[in-house]
Amino acid sequence: MPETSFSPAGRGADGESLEWLAALSAAGHRREDAIERLHALLLRAARFEVARRRRAVGVALDPGEVDDLATQAADDALMAVMRKLPTFRGDSRFTTWAYKFALLEAAVKVRRRAWQGREVALEDDGWARLADRAASPHEDAQTAELLGAVGRAIAEALTPHQRAVLTALTLDDVPIDVLAERLATTRGALYKTLHDARRKLRARLAEEGLEPGRATAGGTR
Amino acid sequence: MSSRDSKRSADLLGRLLGPAEPEVSCDECFEQLDRYVEIERDGRDAEAAIPGMRAHLEGCPACHEDHDSLVALLASDAASPES
Repeated sequence: MPETSFSPAGRGADGESLEWLAALSAAGHRREDAIERLHALLLRAARFEVARRRRAVGVALDPGEVDDLATQAADDALMAVMRKLPTFRGDSRFTTWAYKFALLEAAVKVRRRAWQGREVALEDDGWARLADRAASPHEDAQTAELLGAVGRAIAEALTPHQRAVLTALTLDDVPIDVLAERLATTRGALYKTLHDARRKLRARLAEEGLEPGRATAGGTR
Repeated sequence: MSSRDSKRSADLLGRLLGPAEPEVSCDECFEQLDRYVEIERDGRDAEAAIPGMRAHLEGCPACHEDHDSLVALLASDAASPES
């Protein structure tokens, strides 16, 4: 990599961050040493995240798998950080900025590992379960009306693809990174589909004079 | 209807309908995540600095988890800065 003079365009990087940037863009031993320190930092973050995620998703990993996943995540994060280095604006500390790459890589790997071998059934009629729920004696009248209206809106206002993505992400609890991998797309593209579907549902509810309360603010799992 | 049933229904509707407010995309969220978390840690108004971020974190659980993990990692660093 050619030596570059960094001047982050954001609020102004702190001294420690500037030192990281200078070392990573230097030549020879100084750069090699900085990359080694950066990898150690990313590996620590990746181990931290693998431990958190495996507890959260309840996936059984032996110590060797934990180490493998964390090392792969740190390696991938190192490549991403070095590739994105010219875009660092100094809006946060360099280490905070770098951490997010390791956390992302580790979280995605654990989620995918947890779903390894599990089928993801894409069904555009899974929303029909809402009708059963709306008819349940456990629901109060207002909630039942809202659930029924959402079910109808899903059936009438969404495309089959939007229905399938909405069902997988919100009713079947498929992690968005897992669904993105299975559909050979990205988290961002899938979330855009979900976002557009949600806007259509809200618009349809508004047409019917229904206003979901703040209590319904929330997301997929 | 029990309060547990009520919460389950509210959670379900929340997952289906997402946040009502405008929100940033997943890519914008990742781009701004480090800045957002540091502003939060400084006790300043992160939503005012990056409008639409909070709504996205409500609507996107994967980004929400990334946020919570970065908060937790920085807290861990602060608790044992020598590590």
